[in-house]
Amino acid sequence: MSEQTPTAKRAAQGILARARWHPLEFVFWIVAFSVIWLLPNKHLILTEIAWLALFALSLDLILGYAGILSLGHAAFFGVGSYAAALLAKHGIITEPVLALIAAGLIAAVVGFATSFLMLRGADLTRLMVSLGIALVLRELANKFSELTGGADGLQGVTMEPILGRFRFDMFGHNGFIYSLVVLFVLFLIARRLMASPFGLSLLAVKDNPLRSRAIGISVDARLVAIYTIAAFYAGVGGGLLAQTTAFSSLDVFSFDRSADLLLVLIIGGTGYLYGGLIGAVIFKVMQDYLAQLTPQYWPFWIGLVLVILVMVGRDRMLRWTEPVRALANRLDWRAKGQAS
Amino acid sequence: MLTILFDGIAYGMLLFVLACGLSVTLGLMNLVNLAHGAFAMAGGYALVILVNNLGVPFWVSVICAFFVSAAIGFVMEKAFYVHIYRKPHLDQVLFTIGLVFMAVAAADYAMGSSQVFARIPDALQGQIHVFGIGMGRYRLMIIVICGALALGLQYVLVYTRFGSRLRAAVDDQRVARGLGINVGSIFALTFAFGSGLAGLGGALGTEILGLDPTFPLKYMIYFLIVVTVGGTSSITGPFLASLLLGIADVAGKYYVPKLGAFVIYTIMIVVLIWRPQGLFARAGSK
Repeated sequence: MSEQTPTAKRAAQGILARARWHPLEFVFWIVAFSVIWLLPNKHLILTEIAWLALFALSLDLILGYAGILSLGHAAFFGVGSYAAALLAKHGIITEPVLALIAAGLIAAVVGFATSFLMLRGADLTRLMVSLGIALVLRELANKFSELTGGADGLQGVTMEPILGRFRFDMFGHNGFIYSLVVLFVLFLIARRLMASPFGLSLLAVKDNPLRSRAIGISVDARLVAIYTIAAFYAGVGGGLLAQTTAFSSLDVFSFDRSADLLLVLIIGGTGYLYGGLIGAVIFKVMQDYLAQLTPQYWPFWIGLVLVILVMVGRDRMLRWTEPVRALANRLDWRAKGQAS
Repeated sequence: MLTILFDGIAYGMLLFVLACGLSVTLGLMNLVNLAHGAFAMAGGYALVILVNNLGVPFWVSVICAFFVSAAIGFVMEKAFYVHIYRKPHLDQVLFTIGLVFMAVAAADYAMGSSQVFARIPDALQGQIHVFGIGMGRYRLMIIVICGALALGLQYVLVYTRFGSRLRAAVDDQRVARGLGINVGSIFALTFAFGSGLAGLGGALGTEILGLDPTFPLKYMIYFLIVVTVGGTSSITGPFLASLLLGIADVAGKYYVPKLGAFVIYTIMIVVLIWRPQGLFARAGSK
């Protein structure tokens, strides 16, 4: 170690700094868990925020870290959702946590199988292929109506208590705590993964595939891996939706869902994992407010937000967070210790 | 059998007119415009309002629909699209999806959410029989008009000065600029014209495709298939792709109704994996 050059040392420190927990992150999760007691009558919408956040986190993994533009991410969400609902309905795996993992794994298998299709071509081709996959799955769910209930949705699903003890109550208290814990655990895993050499190599691939190939990163294998992982995350998100609502419908595959998801992630910002979570909160609150204001025409305002976001510029929109971040950095006592 | 082929061709021709504007904008500016269907919808609604509410003759209304959409396209290009050419694809996707959402909600607000039809003149209703094949007059009219349009576009593209400039700009924008070709103005014109064609297609298509506020979303995928399968470097590529898609879709829905739209999505994915640059793309271009 004594032979390290200053540059190498600084690079190593930079990489370690990425992995270290920032004080704001603690604040974020403390707030997230405290709403269990602070907002007990909002748990139904908070549950929606939790699975949406997980879904957006999954898109962030492929868009923010690997640079894959997908318009059909709902495919895996939908697979997870139907898998969780069917497992419960036919009593194959009745325990929700196990069923959730199974749903995620099924989505991951679909993700793995389709990831090879996503390796080919440029942005537009990827866009089309991902969109096409979601549409094909939707058609399949629609046609095999004996299994999926077709356009009416999959009804008559009853969920067993979580871990055999906690029932899904009608106010969604347990459902929310369950979703939040799942989100937290999966977030920790994603955070660890993205700070690892694997995550860093993905960033290299995103920035310059040609050069990463030259320094010995197997680009295709990395993309397949992250796509599969993201599919797992999306599948778990879909599974959470199915379990907390005891229902699954064709709507889970819809194009609107994939498109809304892009908006969620963009509002929060890509490439730092929290974007999806923050975006989910803002998006749901906004959607709830707009839907109350104009029940039928709220997509108009969502569309307007998208247009403004692009016209003003995404970077400029997020500039308001800079003072907050600067303040947080000043509060970071460990950073001072390092500098001295 | 032949009737299905005939319907498929009519459907494909319609798709071509709807989508060819998109293929040029994509090829020329590398712009992913998911809002193309909104221009088509504008044309369709223009036709319905003119014919049903104002009592304007059908033919005049169809031509008006073209100009309405072209004007909207021209304004939108000058006001918004010019800013997003140089932005990454993600921004273009977000922006155009936003436009689609706005267009859908606005159409819903202004026209109601139910499907609307324009009154078509008596001369276009019913069937005529040629060699024992029943052909709908309306579909025959579409084939004639769209076929003529395709020929006209091919002529403009290949034999006129504007066409050669356009092709030069699509092939290599930088060199074209260096030669003094004003790519920006060519693009503005093409965008307006493409939007107009989409409007024309939307107007003619109200009878066949149906028109309701979700039109831009429902047919977005079809336009994109035509463009991605056909490639963006010529008119013939998208034209053949449209015909293929139209025939496959009609035949698929007729022979294997249980699979429905499944057929075309699968075809699209297979083609894209087999040839990511499109089925009819010339080798060496982009």
